[in-house]
Amino acid sequence: MNDYIIKCENLGFTYSENIEGETSAAEEIPALKNITLGIKRGEYLAVLGHNGSGKSTLAKLLNMILTPTVGKIYIDGVDITAEDFTEDDVFAIRRKIGMVFQNPDNQLVATVVEEDVAFGPENLGLPREEIRRRVNSSLALVGMQNYMRHAPHKLSGGQKQRVAIAGIIAMKPEVIIFDESTAMLDPLGRREVIEIMERLNREEGITVINITHYMEEAARADRVVVINDGELALDGTPKKVFSKVARLHSMGLEAPQGNELVLLLRDAGCRIDGDSLTEEECVETLYNFISKEKTI
Amino acid sequence: MISDITLGQFFPGYSPIHKLDPRTKIILATLFIVAVFVANNPASFLLIGVVALILVAVSRISMSVILKGIKPILFILLFTALINIFMTKGEGAPLVEFWIIKIYKEGIIRAILMALRVIILIIGTSILLTYTTSPIALTDGLESLLSPLKKIKVPVHTFAMMMSIALRFIPTLVEETEKIMNAQKSRGADFTSGSLVQRAKALVPILIPLFVSSFKRAEELATAMECRCYRGDVGRTKMVKLEYRARDYIFLAAFLLIIGLMISLAILPYKFELDGILYGVPFYKV
Repeated sequence: MNDYIIKCENLGFTYSENIEGETSAAEEIPALKNITLGIKRGEYLAVLGHNGSGKSTLAKLLNMILTPTVGKIYIDGVDITAEDFTEDDVFAIRRKIGMVFQNPDNQLVATVVEEDVAFGPENLGLPREEIRRRVNSSLALVGMQNYMRHAPHKLSGGQKQRVAIAGIIAMKPEVIIFDESTAMLDPLGRREVIEIMERLNREEGITVINITHYMEEAARADRVVVINDGELALDGTPKKVFSKVARLHSMGLEAPQGNELVLLLRDAGCRIDGDSLTEEECVETLYNFISKEKTI
Repeated sequence: MISDITLGQFFPGYSPIHKLDPRTKIILATLFIVAVFVANNPASFLLIGVVALILVAVSRISMSVILKGIKPILFILLFTALINIFMTKGEGAPLVEFWIIKIYKEGIIRAILMALRVIILIIGTSILLTYTTSPIALTDGLESLLSPLKKIKVPVHTFAMMMSIALRFIPTLVEETEKIMNAQKSRGADFTSGSLVQRAKALVPILIPLFVSSFKRAEELATAMECRCYRGDVGRTKMVKLEYRARDYIFLAAFLLIIGLMISLAILPYKFELDGILYGVPFYKV
């Protein structure tokens, strides 16, 4: 009955400056307004939006770092905006929803990889053997098992981010939100993190929410949600969302390059069929097109 | 250059010293400090120096790392040595007499022993604590040793956490300082010439961005920690349980023996002759 792990209803949030005596409500612009969104268990969702569109605010609301000003959020059927929510309930929610942030340096607490991964499970008060088991399996899952005793500051950006992910996996969350977790990484590190994200989604059945501004990443998700000026602008499969190129451009976004290329070619009069959301698809489509043209 | 700072950095490893219980290491370090300050004659200095070298050898930390750790305090060492040389009055005739400066043999000996004392102190404590103990283990140890204070409402866990985070961010902030310095240098900032006041002023454009980013880091880290269900030591368990093992007792016994020896060397009256010089207590007047 509970298909939706996360459900938002008419969600709105306004950052209040809280300068004493100077509450000028008229000047406050809501960071999010009227968001109604359901995220299914096991879904692989990408959230797109330009800087300041409110996409990170959404993540912080889901994890109860911020409390919504209006609207409701249900996590696994539980209303987290209820008045009688206690601190223990907050921790129960955070246990279900893990979050990986942008800067890997600012999420690692410990000076040794394995101790950092253990930080979350230790906070949960798990027995020692269970923590050890989880640390080992989480590090293996992100391919960092050979770095257990390493110091995090000597790892590359991608490796640090993988350790941070292991730290979240070790808490066995049902949902992991990646809040621009690839933004500070080099292309190699980015690919590693994306691969882990997808593996977690497919093999471990974890719901993955990837908040990003890389279209190529979003194109790989099952579903793409575009947030523009705090409002839900587009919602659908990558194919559907990225076909609305003009709409994306008006929101300061671009479709994946391959997609843009094929659409431009179509505009120029080429009759190209097929998808080109990812690089491989684009190559395939162009190859088919060129070989077809040649035979004519 | 600044990345050379190793003081307060941990080198992971599997040596017997790495494997000691952090509480043991804290106790050993305290005993070591006492021993260093008790030492007041060549025999006791030799003993504690050998102990420090044995610790280095057992920990398998390379000597170059240790020398780098001493480099930053060279200035202080020189300064105290000079003060000792010039300010100590001896019994015999001064070795050098020039204007108001009189240098006595006792002054030179005292300066050398003082410098040795500081160097041995740094080597011993950094081998026992910072180089071989991860900050988290160290704070766990401190927390456990100080836990009786929790009864009188001292926030031991909070302090321990703060300390471990501070240690964790030393390399990160050093890296960041270097980046900011390079950025400022590339725009023509000069940190190496000019008067002391000018050089101090040149540091302001480094410190301000560093402070700003530290606050940002602190906030992000706090959020990340909350997301990982951190709420102080409420219901918190530990992956690594602190347990005294055989090796802890061996080290403790050895150290107690050494400190006993040191004290007896320093206090008990004894005399021996070496190369025609009579050594005895007191070797020099403290």
